[in-house]
Amino acid sequence: MTPTGTPSPSPLAAFQDAFAAALAVPEGAGGGGLPGHPDLAGLVAQPGFAVYRNTVMKGCVDALQANYPSIAGLVGEAWFRAAAVVHARAHPPLRPTLLDYGAGFAEFLAAFEPARELPYLPDVARLDRCWTEAHVARDEVPVAAAMLARLEPADLARTVLRPHASARWAWFDDQPIRSIWQRSREVAQGEAVAGDVNADLRWCGEGVLIVRPEAAVRWVPLQRADCAFLDVCAAGGTLAAAAGAALAVDAQADLSALIARLLDAGAFGQLELSTDQFQEPP
Amino acid sequence: MTTGLSAGLGLKPRHYEEAFAAPADGLWFEVHPENYMVDGGPRLAWLETIRSRHPLSLHGVGMSLAAAAEPDPDHLRRLAGLVDRVLPALVSEHLAWSSWRGAYRPDLLPFPRTREALQRVVDNVDRVQRALRRQIAIENPSHYLRIDGHEFDEIAFLTELARRSGCRLLLDVNNVFVSARNLGFAPEAYIDAFPAHLIAEVHLAGHSPDPALGKALLIDSHDAPVAPAVWSLYERLIARAGPRPTLIERDDNLPSFAALQLERRRAVAVLRAPGREAA
Repeated sequence: MTPTGTPSPSPLAAFQDAFAAALAVPEGAGGGGLPGHPDLAGLVAQPGFAVYRNTVMKGCVDALQANYPSIAGLVGEAWFRAAAVVHARAHPPLRPTLLDYGAGFAEFLAAFEPARELPYLPDVARLDRCWTEAHVARDEVPVAAAMLARLEPADLARTVLRPHASARWAWFDDQPIRSIWQRSREVAQGEAVAGDVNADLRWCGEGVLIVRPEAAVRWVPLQRADCAFLDVCAAGGTLAAAAGAALAVDAQADLSALIARLLDAGAFGQLELSTDQFQEPP
Repeated sequence: MTTGLSAGLGLKPRHYEEAFAAPADGLWFEVHPENYMVDGGPRLAWLETIRSRHPLSLHGVGMSLAAAAEPDPDHLRRLAGLVDRVLPALVSEHLAWSSWRGAYRPDLLPFPRTREALQRVVDNVDRVQRALRRQIAIENPSHYLRIDGHEFDEIAFLTELARRSGCRLLLDVNNVFVSARNLGFAPEAYIDAFPAHLIAEVHLAGHSPDPALGKALLIDSHDAPVAPAVWSLYERLIARAGPRPTLIERDDNLPSFAALQLERRRAVAVLRAPGREAA
């Protein structure tokens, strides 16, 4: 049992406090300032200490690069790895499951001064993060179009389509984030050859759905109405409510084509009938 | 050898299809469970597919057993879930720490082997074995630092840990070679003194010289074939201890699956040499 309010850590804990603090000091930043553990100066002075410092940093940077291949492709490996070092110092991994590391990298990039001239980077990073989340999400059989077709017409309006466990979507008002992300990701995955990322880009708003209905993560372009529709579905709203939201952002939206497009992409995981609303009179 | 395992290979996503299709023949695969602690998706599906044909070993890098703290309950719960899911033939971890006060450092960090540290590792191994409801094996890490204040040498520490916690040991022969070079001891003496009856698994891997200091500092890099000197130590170990499940580890500079199979066959040949039987 550890007494509560222990004033000083045990010798092992003190060693780990000092070792962890020394690891966080960049090489060549000077040997002073290691907190409260005189023995550690003798360790940091040995050439072997750099092996630990380098391995820890390489582990963080490699994991971030694996999780953000589109960003690494856009900015180049050297820039990416330098930024990843700054990120790792401020946001070290919290858990040993590094597949999940770097959840806040988009926010980091948004505040990262050297990235200011690339205003699309944070949103592209958000899509890499969506890909990771879709990749490791729980497995779920997607709702097939035939299931919807079998519903009584009277039940359609009170049907609730829950987004698939792996589904992530986003709408970007001003920049073709999906096109930039897709090109960079395809180059990173060896599915396209590198070229000028700006070639043929139309600078307008874009949306995207990233989803893993079966084994592989896929992505499909979305309209603004599709995203509004999915937002309502995610909140548990009925098809009638989702359709209303879609029409509110785009009065010209073709609702049957919209639903067919999303079903075909595997965007939904559950089909339920709402009992809260649209109750038929007895 | 009670497990029926011969020589195995570290499993990498690039080799999933070939790993699945490889002849069983005593072959087994080892993974870091941290890479499979996910809710679903293709990685987990591949692991279960390969498990349907070959035994698995879960070799953890993140339990931080030598930290002056209890293992993270969430991490332990996820490991237990994976163990229940794939029913591995072997489960192992390291004599090291990595998570400390809420941050994880992706390395196997050293510590003074004191009585306090021994008690802490015994308690932590006990917690893990209770949560998993099975024995685990603990691996000797590579060393790069001379640390003052050790109250045990590594073999005495590991032996006492096994006696008090009921765990077994994973002897990484490459780590012995790397540590011996870096700290200046005779690797043969370490191999000869290691308690054979406690060895549940053996690791073999490649190392490389430090980019700045060369051969004065060897790095346990897992990016090269097993070195000739490490093969010699391995043959010496197996001649004394008898056959033990043996893993070829390779994490970087990954060669073809066929090249890894060739290295594995060399280990199989050592394990099958005449006159060898389970200790």
